[in-house]
Amino acid sequence: MQPFRRHRGIAAPLIRINIDTDAIIPSREMKRVSKEGLGEGLFANWRYSDVATREENPDFVLNQEGFRSASILLGGVNFGCGSSREHAVWALADFGIRAVVAPSFGSIFYGNCVRNGILPVRLEEAVIADIAERLEAAPGSELTLDLPDQVLLADTGSRYAFEIDPPDKEMLLEGLDQIAMTLRHDEAIRAFMAQDREARPWIYAVPAPRRPGA
Amino acid sequence: MAQTLADKIWRTHAVTELDGGATLLYIDRIFLHERTGSIALKGLEAAGRAVREPGLVFCTMDHIVDTFPGRGDDTRMPGGRAFITTTREAARAAGIHLFDIGDPDQGIVHVVSPEQGIALPGTTLVCPDSHTGTVGALGALAWGIGSTEAEHAMATRTLAVTRPKQMRVSFEGSLPFGVTAKDMILALIGAHTAGGGVGYVVEFAGSAVRELEMEARFTLCNMAVEFGAFSGLVAPDDKTFAYLEGRPFAPKGALWQQALTHWQRLHSDTDARFDREINIDASAIVPQVTWGTSPQHEIPIDGEIPDPAGEADANRRKAMERALAYMGLSPGRPLAGTPIDAAFIGSCTNSRLSDLRAAAAVLRGRRVAEGVRAICVPGSSRVKAAAEAEGLDRIFTDAGFEWRESGCSMCFFAGGESFGPGERVITSTNRNFENRQGPGTRSHLASPTTVAASALSGRIADVREFTQEGA
Ligand code: SF4
Repeated sequence: MQPFRRHRGIAAPLIRINIDTDAIIPSREMKRVSKEGLGEGLFANWRYSDVATREENPDFVLNQEGFRSASILLGGVNFGCGSSREHAVWALADFGIRAVVAPSFGSIFYGNCVRNGILPVRLEEAVIADIAERLEAAPGSELTLDLPDQVLLADTGSRYAFEIDPPDKEMLLEGLDQIAMTLRHDEAIRAFMAQDREARPWIYAVPAPRRPGA
Repeated sequence: MAQTLADKIWRTHAVTELDGGATLLYIDRIFLHERTGSIALKGLEAAGRAVREPGLVFCTMDHIVDTFPGRGDDTRMPGGRAFITTTREAARAAGIHLFDIGDPDQGIVHVVSPEQGIALPGTTLVCPDSHTGTVGALGALAWGIGSTEAEHAMATRTLAVTRPKQMRVSFEGSLPFGVTAKDMILALIGAHTAGGGVGYVVEFAGSAVRELEMEARFTLCNMAVEFGAFSGLVAPDDKTFAYLEGRPFAPKGALWQQALTHWQRLHSDTDARFDREINIDASAIVPQVTWGTSPQHEIPIDGEIPDPAGEADANRRKAMERALAYMGLSPGRPLAGTPIDAAFIGSCTNSRLSDLRAAAAVLRGRRVAEGVRAICVPGSSRVKAAAEAEGLDRIFTDAGFEWRESGCSMCFFAGGESFGPGERVITSTNRNFENRQGPGTRSHLASPTTVAASALSGRIADVREFTQEGA
């Protein structure tokens, strides 16, 4: 996973509330059993006025000059709610988004961001509205996100501190594979399982998987 | 110290506390489906990691499979066949349980998991699917995860989870005639928004919840995620135990007795503290229908479509205006009476036997209105067989409904079958998002009986006018 420390890039405002994962990547855009190549389907129903021909909708922010190469996205309340599809995050990453700033996030989506090297930043709704207004007035403006210091920096000199749970921060900073992180505790897991088999034997007493053709 | 139900489950599963406040939680059951599970299984394989305890991992085919009679691996979604065959191969290679196409136990993951006795009280269960909390109705802590987390759970049998805050939603009083669990959860989301439960695990309690039959409790917990919650829970009781006894994967004999002793302790202590409490008068709820593109856009069936002009919050106002434009509706008018093009009964929210029975009671001896396309998709192959054994399929087909094989079907648009742009659908599903049931399709969420009543009248209808109390 690509680590996230400090990132400076163009920010695009997409201030709608409850942007759900179906909107971020419509089901029909998830064509293959793969995490790759999903950027083209990002926000397909909003981004294209004709999804089939990929004719662009000029009103959509990511189609506008200045915002095309955005790598930071600003959104509304409850960003990434809805379906658990991790494709939403893979699509954002494939498009080149490194961070999403919103007042609140769907919880599965938030976790998926962290696990895929995208920084989810929570800021007050009013603060985001302020920043969004300035971005709209000057398309192509950049923002800087500093994860070690947990701060968003605007070129106006404003600094906005944000909160992030330490384990999420560590995973992003180190670009760690979480399975490897967890297996540091393998001894504890095995000990837990051994005592649990005694305490709750019914959990483990299930019929064996049927063999095909049997 | 007094504990909540969620506390008790949490403690039984805490393997170790991690630096930074998360807990490494032991996961009892993992469920997969062909849409997201295939990627997780492949990812694990590619990383050269094995599934730990494959006997405790389950997979079903529900999202992409065709629901037309006589189905096979071919499906209307472009490229869909690959999801099915990849999942089958990966599941066999990993040695996990598979409820394949044609298996009498196949069905929608959240219907199969309790039906088979895989989800049990006090267990932790995860699935790369957002409606996994459905089985919280058994008193399990169950939640949706991403595919990468599913790989993690399979490789380590654990997940690192930050403890959610706790909320109790109490529904006191008796539900009026014609009102269902679906109306309860829609009323909650309408009053407290689609983000009202973010960061919380929600325990549903109160006399109205205890009165609900097991299957209705699944409906309630199914939509906890539509309230933004981490998951929903109901304390197990005698109805729960009676529901589970004898199911294929439920414990048997002495183990059943041992489990039962454990399960009987699974309830919030009387003086347990919640971070937030919401109280709702169940006797004041009426049938609910959504008018917009978020589950929070809902009104009582006899209410008026709200006017965005009356909304003070600018972002919410804009969302309402967008929703009205998408739905082709005007504010200030009643929603009841709006003509519909289609009616859909199915999904993990409302496609269990009791849902089909309730809808059939409305449909019996009547015909769907001219020009309305009506479809019923049982939640599992077992539900379908049971419904057929008591003749429900005939009631549906005689009324003019299509009767399908089980699966997610048109609960969501996979790229294949859909209702079509601008089509107005009354649906027993859980999501009315833009394009959810097909590009441009307009979805109105409601209970299965409201869907049935609307199918008959060809308009969004008040089910209370179609059934008689006591009949
Ligand atoms: S029925 Fe619908 S909501 Fe339920 S699992 Fe299938 S697609 Fe998801």
